[in-house]
Amino acid sequence: MNTIYTIDLMNTVYTIDLTLKPTTFDLWHVCLAGTVALLLLILIVLLISRAMCKKKPAIQQAVQIPEPVVKVVEKIVEVEKIVHAPTPEPVVLKEATPDAALQLLGLLQKEARFIDFIKEDITAYSDADIGVAARVVHEGCNKAVNEHFSLAPIRSEQEGSKITLPDGFDASAVRLTGNIVGAAPFTGTLVHKGWQVTNIRLPKLTQGHNAAIIAAAEVEL
Amino acid sequence: MSEQFIHEQPEATKSNVVQGASNEQKRFSVGIDLGTTHCVLSYADLSKIDDEEFTQQVMAIPQLTSPGAVEDKAQLPSFLYQAHPAELAEGSTSLPWTAKPEYLVGEIARNLGSKTPIRLVASAKSWLCHAGVDCKSPILPAEAPDEVERVSPFQATTAYLQHLRDAWQNQHPDAPLERQDVVITVPASFDPAARELTVEAARAVGLGQAILLEEPQAALYSWIEKSQGDWRKHVEVGDIILVIDVGGGTTDLSLIAVTEKDGNLELTRVAVGDHILLGGDNMDLALAYTVKAKLEKEGKRLEPWQIQALTHSCRDAKEKIFNNSEVDNIPLVVPNRGSSLIGGALRTELTRDEVNRVLVEGFLPKVPASDKPISRPRTGLRTAGLPYAQDAGITRHLAAFLAKQQSATDELKDINLPEHATFLHPTAVLFNGGVLKANALADRLMDVLNSWLKAEQAPEARLLAGADLDLAVARGAAYYGFVRKGKGVRIKGGTAASYYVGIESSMPAVPGMAPEIQALCIAPFGMEEGTQQELPDDEFGLVIGEPVRFRFFASNIRREDKVGTRLDYWTDQELDELDEIEITLSEEGRKPGEVVPVHLCAAVTEVGTLELQAVSQKDNGRWKIEFDVRAGDEQ
Repeated sequence: MNTIYTIDLMNTVYTIDLTLKPTTFDLWHVCLAGTVALLLLILIVLLISRAMCKKKPAIQQAVQIPEPVVKVVEKIVEVEKIVHAPTPEPVVLKEATPDAALQLLGLLQKEARFIDFIKEDITAYSDADIGVAARVVHEGCNKAVNEHFSLAPIRSEQEGSKITLPDGFDASAVRLTGNIVGAAPFTGTLVHKGWQVTNIRLPKLTQGHNAAIIAAAEVEL
Repeated sequence: MSEQFIHEQPEATKSNVVQGASNEQKRFSVGIDLGTTHCVLSYADLSKIDDEEFTQQVMAIPQLTSPGAVEDKAQLPSFLYQAHPAELAEGSTSLPWTAKPEYLVGEIARNLGSKTPIRLVASAKSWLCHAGVDCKSPILPAEAPDEVERVSPFQATTAYLQHLRDAWQNQHPDAPLERQDVVITVPASFDPAARELTVEAARAVGLGQAILLEEPQAALYSWIEKSQGDWRKHVEVGDIILVIDVGGGTTDLSLIAVTEKDGNLELTRVAVGDHILLGGDNMDLALAYTVKAKLEKEGKRLEPWQIQALTHSCRDAKEKIFNNSEVDNIPLVVPNRGSSLIGGALRTELTRDEVNRVLVEGFLPKVPASDKPISRPRTGLRTAGLPYAQDAGITRHLAAFLAKQQSATDELKDINLPEHATFLHPTAVLFNGGVLKANALADRLMDVLNSWLKAEQAPEARLLAGADLDLAVARGAAYYGFVRKGKGVRIKGGTAASYYVGIESSMPAVPGMAPEIQALCIAPFGMEEGTQQELPDDEFGLVIGEPVRFRFFASNIRREDKVGTRLDYWTDQELDELDEIEITLSEEGRKPGEVVPVHLCAAVTEVGTLELQAVSQKDNGRWKIEFDVRAGDEQ
């Protein structure tokens, strides 16, 4: 960018030079030439300084981006340190109980033939056939999910609208992406309204019920 | 297991007696809707209720939904499944209160039964009111092979009540249901025998204190409760409210008049309709058969399981079409039963046109007010099934009901029917039952009714808004428990029919002719709960130890007959013959074979059942007359 400007300037100077073949040369001409030269000088200074200004943020960003990266690296190192350290308390991660997951698979299979659909090789079928099956799956999943979960959006605002997040917002409920700089309150565009389960009504299981059997084999007599 | 539970019960009751000895007040008012297809229990905590504010909740009923899974649902499907011993894994049928329930009821019964109908007991309630069968003999499932253990309609009803009671006990261990106010609803069209059986079923699960309420009345109570005192602004003196209750299996009609007494509005139930076995299930089946016919035209043969699946998807599709005016057709897919989902699926669609033609035109045809349901003579040999309505036209049944009840309000001075009226003119309508949630059906019903009214220059009937069509009956029943404490307006009613016994007249016998029979009125129309009427003049000589049977009749239009009125002649419309009644004079302190002169006495109990007694003239000894005598038929 900078170079282009300079070439332009040189051209201008060159053109001025060409037309400035004086027939007479008096004090007015001197003054005029001086003024033109001065204006050009101011112009050059202005343009350069503007170009410099434009460059600055880019430089800042370039400087800032590496910063978090550096931080993350530091954090990882810290975690590693904790793991290796003998004394501090170990972090106990919650283990998901397999029963609930199996139950959900069972419900989706029962209502929506979910496993049948996923396990089938669909390459041989036409889109029309798959579409017919998709109706069964969609309808059933919808029923199974609505029956056992109450779902609500996390943000009630229209997707695509600007929203402002105050200091101390719940980072697990709202995820920031993109140009994350500065401090809260953050203003940005709501890309996805989010979903949360407000109530869950999974069937209770009887003792000794084998949840791993998500669909019993069926034999008609 | 259930036995063990019963054994534990007195313990709990005892401790509660000690605790609540000073406080005899019942804490909860509980309403039980014992429906043909679903049961609902709603309850209110009376100790938390101020004089005006009434709040209640519907109990979540834990029930097995599939083997090994228990879910809470607001409704308990009224189905019972007789599983094969090898069918279910050990321990997969436990409930929160018992490891092995005596009967499988609720969602699991319906689910298993949809694939194995020969083991499914459904519509037990309709059997209770089915003349000609013994409701205490094991007859259900009717179509089952011999090796399937059968239950009686009475046992099935008891099993549903038992489940509701156990679920309550599990959630309210310190407030046993047998110590609460319990109201159980029955169709207004239930005959005395069916009401008696319902009360007996309640007694069998320890709910001896339960009282009965007619379902259409419960629906109106619920509407009154929901209006929060505003109901007086929506009805006025002279109104006749028509309650139309179209449930899953039955259609029930009632008329309630609004009158004035001492400046207060009064509600009187003036008429109830016949027991019509016609409801939402018929509609779903009708749609499935329409779609089946369409598929067969395309050369596709359907197996029974496919028709079953089709009925299910028709129900969902119908609701979508009714609820969304922009949708004109809904694709129906019946997938393959095997694990291969894609390919082999049956695909068709249900169009708005078909739904309108089959449901709106088929079930609610535009007919004149003078129309009557078509009834074909029954074929001589009837299969052992329920007497389903032969005419699916609900509007025809409604027309016949209103015409038949034209003089229902003659004795009420606040209600004046125009001279030229050919049927009773309702001024307001209250809907009940899930079927009428569909606007297309509700609107059509109002249109047809209003067209009849318009033809007789009567003002259009208005729809009473704000009813909760699915839960109103249970909610209204719980509210009734509160009303009975004198806290709100009470619908007056009494018996919905007058009752007669058949007496052979003393005429010379004519060969080849059955002896002429007279109908002797023993209970007049509108007998209030807690009242009794004696018939001292007509004496019968009964032989000790020998059962004597009488033919028994009811009329829901003869309001003027008094106790002792004898009818020599009546039309089929006037009197309906019910099951025979039976008197057996026990031998206690008497000689077998002795003839005792008795007279008859009719009473309506506080519970809401009719009780007939034979009273000895000599020593005032009393014997109960049994309604449900069908039990003796097979002996």
